[in-house]
Amino acid sequence: MKSRSLVSINDLSREKILSLLETAGKFEENPNSKILDGRVVGSLFFEPSTRTRLSFETAANRLGARVIGFSDAATSSASKGETLKDTIMMVSSYADVIVMRHRLEGAARYASEVSPVPVINAGDGANQHPSQTMLDLYSIKKTQGTLEGLNIHLVGDLKYGRTVHSLLHAMRHFNPTFHFIAPEELHMPEEYRIFCRENNIPFTETTEFNEDVIADADIIYMTRVQRERFSDLMEYEKVKNCYRLTNTMLEGTKENLRILHPLPRVNEIAHDVDENPKAYYFQQAQNGLYVREALICDVLDIKI
Amino acid sequence: MDKKNKHALQVSALCNGTVIDHIPADKLFAVVSLLDIPSMNNNVTIGYNLESKKLGKKGLIKIADRFFTDDDVSKISVVAPNVVLNTIRNYNVVEKREVRMPDELHNIIKCNNLNCITNNEPMATHFYVSNRKEGTLKCRYCEKEQNINDVELL
Repeated sequence: MKSRSLVSINDLSREKILSLLETAGKFEENPNSKILDGRVVGSLFFEPSTRTRLSFETAANRLGARVIGFSDAATSSASKGETLKDTIMMVSSYADVIVMRHRLEGAARYASEVSPVPVINAGDGANQHPSQTMLDLYSIKKTQGTLEGLNIHLVGDLKYGRTVHSLLHAMRHFNPTFHFIAPEELHMPEEYRIFCRENNIPFTETTEFNEDVIADADIIYMTRVQRERFSDLMEYEKVKNCYRLTNTMLEGTKENLRILHPLPRVNEIAHDVDENPKAYYFQQAQNGLYVREALICDVLDIKI
Repeated sequence: MDKKNKHALQVSALCNGTVIDHIPADKLFAVVSLLDIPSMNNNVTIGYNLESKKLGKKGLIKIADRFFTDDDVSKISVVAPNVVLNTIRNYNVVEKREVRMPDELHNIIKCNNLNCITNNEPMATHFYVSNRKEGTLKCRYCEKEQNINDVELL
């Protein structure tokens, strides 16, 4: 009902994505201002997520807003059995915008329907995390100069990784070619392959991760292969080091290649890659700040 | 009794009410329970495994003095997407409605995803029919696609 909420990356048009990225660019030039002076941001983390919460709260603080909220459902009245609707109604009477993370899928969509103030989804279970996708897009555009016609290699857990699914959805506007690199157990679900075919997005699939596979990559998007995703631990032991990016693998790669990772990283990117100018994951996380500044202003209808 | 009359006995005429026809035989009892027929006091005739050119075996339900709303029809469409509802008034078929699944299902079925907010909050469910032919639905909230054959009615 509240059209200005941001719930799912799939709700954003190509034009909207580009305009948000442009606003984020302005915030990168000038991240500090007082344009949210007098505003209150409700930061409702029903599930802990330190990285995302700090990024949103920093964005609010750097623009002069004040932040209220909680960082764990245990410290909110949700632990007393209050419904999500009641919590949202209560906070929306104090705050001008709600940023929320919840373990249940669809929680942000529902909150946006009941809340009189805009809601930004900071992650709803395994479903959506649109600010992550926006910062991925921002990082791709910033490092490549464009979002159009890129060779994007998605590596690791392509089955459960919501960041790769959302990225795939968002990139449909920009004529990409995808390369899916994953172990059998964690390969890209059929629904996304159908999505690619329906949207005329070319893609290749392989279980091999080596120099040859990444030779023509513009972007390598690494994800964590998590032990708990495997029904067979033998299988995990077999593949856990196969999807590890090392510095030597990057020798023959394209100049413009950049490596992204939603973080936290465990061992899928060797630490010697960090010094390589093609490593971009820490800047990528920093870009999240500018993107989140842009998102908060957008849902509040504040023009930059 | 000649052959024709025997046939007439099998599907005797209804004065006023609804004839639900072309129910796939294996869906008949699902439709019976969906419409809560066991608790009705109306005169009901249920036909099972009747011959049908289109379906092979079909089911049929005739309910006297009972007419169905669009909401009921939407519910039936979830269990048996292509049945035909004939509204009878004064022995005449006054309306023939082919049950078509609507584009959206409001509070009719339960989401299969236990981590969906709709299974954890007192709220209505809402599905979009993404592929009618395949019976693919998408939950408005958790965005999970699911097949109509795998979902439960609320």
